[in-house]
Amino acid sequence: MNINATLLAQTIMFALFVWFSMKFVWTPIVAALDARKKQIADGLADAERAKLDLELAAKRSAEILREAKAKAGDIIANGEKRGSEIVEEAKNQAKVEGDRIVAGAKAEIDQEVFRAKEQLRTQVSSIALAGASKILGREIDPKAHNDLLDKLVAEI
Amino acid sequence: MSSEAHTSAEYIHHHLQNLTYGQLSDGTWGVAHTAEQAKEMGFWALNLDTLIMSFLLGAAFLWMFRSVAKSVVAGTPSGLQNFCEWAIEFIDSSVRGSFTAKNNMVAPLALTIFFWVFSMNLMDLLPIDYIPLLLGSFGVPFFKVVPSTDPNATFGMAIGVFLLVLYYSVKMKGLGGFVGELTLQPFGKWGMPVNFLLEGVNLIAKPISLALRLFGNMYAGEMIFILIALMGGAWAGFSATNVTLFGSQILLSLGWGIFHILIVTLQAFIFMTLTVVYLDMAHQEHH
Repeated sequence: MNINATLLAQTIMFALFVWFSMKFVWTPIVAALDARKKQIADGLADAERAKLDLELAAKRSAEILREAKAKAGDIIANGEKRGSEIVEEAKNQAKVEGDRIVAGAKAEIDQEVFRAKEQLRTQVSSIALAGASKILGREIDPKAHNDLLDKLVAEI
Repeated sequence: MSSEAHTSAEYIHHHLQNLTYGQLSDGTWGVAHTAEQAKEMGFWALNLDTLIMSFLLGAAFLWMFRSVAKSVVAGTPSGLQNFCEWAIEFIDSSVRGSFTAKNNMVAPLALTIFFWVFSMNLMDLLPIDYIPLLLGSFGVPFFKVVPSTDPNATFGMAIGVFLLVLYYSVKMKGLGGFVGELTLQPFGKWGMPVNFLLEGVNLIAKPISLALRLFGNMYAGEMIFILIALMGGAWAGFSATNVTLFGSQILLSLGWGIFHILIVTLQAFIFMTLTVVYLDMAHQEHH
């Protein structure tokens, strides 16, 4: 229990221990603790940001969905309109075509009637001549009676 | 009866004597085999037991922390790293609580003090006879297992702390500021001698109280362990008295040991906290 040089040795040992502890123990462990603190803070910030992003995305998706619905509605309405238009057009076209066909047929019929009339007219004059010649018992000079015949034909 | 008293006194003395290496009275260097020889060696002698035990304990605690520090990960910690991180955070928060200036040295210093003093104190809980008896069988005359019951160890640390206090006082306040602090208060410059006396005592009291508090507590604790151990040591055959003494020794050393766990930790904590507080005062410009 005497004070002796152990005192000095202890002081030196103490200083060395403190130096070692500062340099090789405290610094790396505290660095790791700080790194972890930062990691945790970053993680929390990331989570917060992700939450925000998620909210935004949900909002955005709802918006897109609404837009899509509206667009789809428009498209359907347009389609329906266009469909009825097409039907209408087709109806009109068909009517026009029908009218045209009917008109063509009528014209053809008129033409046919006219031709038949013409034929009949020429045949009537010859029949009339033949009949008249039979009645008169002689040959009628068609040249002499041409103007009479033409008058007749015109009358028919 | 007188012979028994004699052996009791011898037993106590034996347990309180350090293993001292120095120059013997015949001029050769060697280990002192009696307390008188150790005393005659004067200042230039070394207490081998204190040095060896404190070095082993300090090295053990630093090795443990170093092994963690080498493989430290910022991710999920495991095993020993948990403990070391807890210890470091505990030290860090108590340093932050009482140290207001900025100095990267103080927290590692506090860590070293706490664990070194704690492990040295903890040796008090080892059965007091085992190691001295074991080493005695190899011819080692004395061996004090608890380094903090040697004033050399506690004063050694206190002097280290004191030097730091002086260094930082001068560094922070300048030599003039420090001298001014010692001489110009509390009574102004006309009371200089009185001021110096008061402040000088105040300054010197820091390392002395630091060292003596630890030494006194540990020495007294050790002393009580020795006294308790004497009860069973008085064994002289089966008798009601001897059996009672033996039983009391077991119960008392258990009780004192459990109580001592508190003292061991508390003294380490007090030494650490006071060191931090003294260094904080050294850093304060106006105090």
